[in-house]
Amino acid sequence: MDKNKLREGARNNIVTIMFIVLCAVCMVFSGYTPNYVLYELFSRLSRNMFIVLSLIIPIVAGMGINFAITIGAMAAQIACILVLEWGVSGFAGLSLAALLTVPLGGFFGFFIGKVLNKMKGQEMIGGLILGYFANGLYQLLCLFIFDNIIPINNPNLTIKGSKGIANTIDLSREDGFAGTLEKLWRLPVHQAALVFVAVIALILVISYVRSHRRNAKVLGIQLAVLVIVAAVAQLAPVKALFSMVQVPMATFGLVALLCLFNVVLMRTRLGQQFRAVGQNRTVANAAGINVDRVRVIAIMISTVFAGWGQLVFVQNMGSFQTYGAHEQVGLYAGAAILVGGASVMRATNTQALVGTVLFHLMFILAPAAGKNLFGDAAIGEYFRVFMCYGVIAVALVMHAWSENAKKKNPSSALRTNAKA
Amino acid sequence: MTLAAEYILEMKDITKRYGENTVLSNVSLKIRPGEIHALLGENGAGKSTLMNVLFGMPVIHATGGFGGEVYLDGEKTVIASPHDAMIKGIGMVHQEFMLLPGFTITENIKLNREIAKPNVLSRIFGKNLETLDMAAMSRDARKALDSVGMSIDEYTLVAGLPVGYMQFVEIAREIDKTGVKLLVFDEPTAVLTESEAAQLLNVMKDIASKGIAIIFITHRLDEVINAADGVTILRDGQLVAETRTKDTDVTQLAEMMIGRKGESAFVTADPRTFAGDAPVALKVSHLAVNMPGEMVNDVSFEVKEGEIFGIGGLAGQGKVGIPNGIMGVYEASGDVELFGRKSELNNAHAALASGMAMVSEDRRGVGLLLDESIEDNIVFNAMQISGDFTKKILGAKLKDGKAIREHADEMIKELDIRCFSALQHTGTLSGGNQQKVCIARALTMHPKLLFVSEPTRGIDIGAKKLVLETLVKLNREMGMTVVMISSELMELRSICDRIAIIAEGEVVDVLPVNSSDADFGLAMSGIKPGKEA
Repeated sequence: MDKNKLREGARNNIVTIMFIVLCAVCMVFSGYTPNYVLYELFSRLSRNMFIVLSLIIPIVAGMGINFAITIGAMAAQIACILVLEWGVSGFAGLSLAALLTVPLGGFFGFFIGKVLNKMKGQEMIGGLILGYFANGLYQLLCLFIFDNIIPINNPNLTIKGSKGIANTIDLSREDGFAGTLEKLWRLPVHQAALVFVAVIALILVISYVRSHRRNAKVLGIQLAVLVIVAAVAQLAPVKALFSMVQVPMATFGLVALLCLFNVVLMRTRLGQQFRAVGQNRTVANAAGINVDRVRVIAIMISTVFAGWGQLVFVQNMGSFQTYGAHEQVGLYAGAAILVGGASVMRATNTQALVGTVLFHLMFILAPAAGKNLFGDAAIGEYFRVFMCYGVIAVALVMHAWSENAKKKNPSSALRTNAKA
Repeated sequence: MTLAAEYILEMKDITKRYGENTVLSNVSLKIRPGEIHALLGENGAGKSTLMNVLFGMPVIHATGGFGGEVYLDGEKTVIASPHDAMIKGIGMVHQEFMLLPGFTITENIKLNREIAKPNVLSRIFGKNLETLDMAAMSRDARKALDSVGMSIDEYTLVAGLPVGYMQFVEIAREIDKTGVKLLVFDEPTAVLTESEAAQLLNVMKDIASKGIAIIFITHRLDEVINAADGVTILRDGQLVAETRTKDTDVTQLAEMMIGRKGESAFVTADPRTFAGDAPVALKVSHLAVNMPGEMVNDVSFEVKEGEIFGIGGLAGQGKVGIPNGIMGVYEASGDVELFGRKSELNNAHAALASGMAMVSEDRRGVGLLLDESIEDNIVFNAMQISGDFTKKILGAKLKDGKAIREHADEMIKELDIRCFSALQHTGTLSGGNQQKVCIARALTMHPKLLFVSEPTRGIDIGAKKLVLETLVKLNREMGMTVVMISSELMELRSICDRIAIIAEGEVVDVLPVNSSDADFGLAMSGIKPGKEA
């Protein structure tokens, strides 16, 4: 029985396990010190976690991976351009861009949801193609409408000697808002660990008090684990390992807030509707739930969150490619959440976070490993791109495979069903 | 009490037409408070249409509404939609479970009727973001579960529950709805074991004793006698009888349910009896078929050479699954022997090659290539399986257009397929003519054994007659063994030699065609004649 469970668990998490092994192999061949890898990891992690988390709600609502989050990213980039044009800088600029992303993303999300409702069962491919289609409209907006019809007065935003938005938008000038979130509050790892442990413990205790089924044993174990984590972070060798890392508290705080939001949302009426629609549209409909409306809301929320995620990303990077920064967002975020062990039917916060970590580890290690193994960094780069698409393909095949495994052996299944 | 309150539900002179087709004519149904009232009838008798009217289903309104009146508690009402029916206190326990496997029992019982508390977010964004009050929800669920006699923990996930439990969860959900006055149980015992079914009947009596009326749709006559107070029997969209169960018995119910149809048999072939040692054409043992909606559990029978063998039974009981399983269209297991040789299952190519052919019940789905011409449809299988109608040119097998045309023209003449030419697309033909193309294609394979599944479904009387005559002719003149599957008992009785009746995926009995109506009726509800009543 235990062995079976182990095998079942391994089969369900095959993608994650494969990735961990690959990362370990790359780590060995890359020749990087753990210190450096951790430094790189922490500076990148905060960029992407938010956008990966934005994928969870549509998966729960049964719409698969929302590849249309590229459109959310476009909304964020439009907001950035407008904020730069209006000359609002620093934290105010970032806040204004975030605020502006809400109506833009919500509006786009509404239309995406409407279209996806017309193609139930093909949401993923539909979202992907919608992303390509929207890219055309976005280019029209940036190349022609801005600066030709809507005047753009900030000379840094436009193509020199021509019309249209420039290829690169630089946020690190004095009028931009590069790194605003990171600059707010940074702590070394051992202190950051204390802060996060304290916050998580507080949340656990509150939810324990408010829970209808109090399980003191589980709470005890959870708190004990937290204390151990905090204690380990204070040890000298661990401190040395993280010596180069400065944790951007505000960014991780936002990620934590989004995780919390996902959890809280699932305990509301709306969350219950997402889950019901995700499991079976017919049953949800029979219970009087407006299935189409719920699906539109799921996509709207996802699109707005993806927009915010892109804002977090571009302010961290300090600049973005106007015509390219959004293009791969959907695929990379989708691959990351799948690497974390999510499927197109199930996804959790933990899977999104674990997936982002593993995916970034691969990004850091693969080029160096490729260079050391084959004498060429481009080969490592090639492997990393190859792996990204490969993971999506494997995850989709695995999903179809496990669905089929359930249908095996008709007569025995039949007889037990009928006689059960 | 006034006279009006005598019945909780009264449906008066309900008439419903779909286009030219009258499916209900002047049917009335009266239910007293706290009564279990059984609704009986064969497939197509109008039970579901009557329930669709009661629930105000969109399909009724979209096809021109209905004639007649509905009274609830003595007051005339119009039920606009299923949601409206729910508000008015009418609940339905579905035949296929409307439960979410990933939800707990509590969550399922309270689906979309959750109890919630306001929080910060909900004050800004509205009621939808209120936090669920699981404790209150589970208290309600507990109460509902107790009332159906289930002691199971209300936090259990529905996934993995035994089928019987799911049925009770469904019932608990309906009971939990406030103000429910009338519950409709649609074939609730079909998926239950005997002991579960007995428990269910007790729960139904329990619910009824609290004043909730129950409409009990079933085909198991013994359950009707056992549990129901009153019975309404429909046949061909007409009210046959409304009676108290204490005044009747199983045999009488079976007779009323089947009855003699108005139309007389338009094709007759005298049934023949075959000696016990006559050569066997098809021997089926312990066949199980995984065909959704037509599951076959364990079927064994023998067909003699040269026989017309009928397979009957109610829809959804598995009769259609039998030919589909043998021909490899759906997954199957068991043993099938054709003229003494074992036939491979789950392999459509092998089944066709071994000399069996099938005219499918799903003409437009799996039977025909609708965008291809008649001639191509006729020769398609023969070309693919046995390589007929091809000629070799330079080593490549090519279509032999001339031979195909000759054969198609012959078939068109023989079967009287009404068309402009052999090149007409089958999609533009009428149902009857499409059926004839299907038969022509099966014949082109020169089969030793022919399955015809629901050959007369959806075609007019003239075409029906021709199709049946063709089958008789093939059998008598060419000696082809025919296995005919049909929901229309009358048709089976008119041309078959013997008829097997299937219920719940198993053969109840193989009856001679001249058995009584009561015998057929009982067999269809799963009771072997002579064993009971």
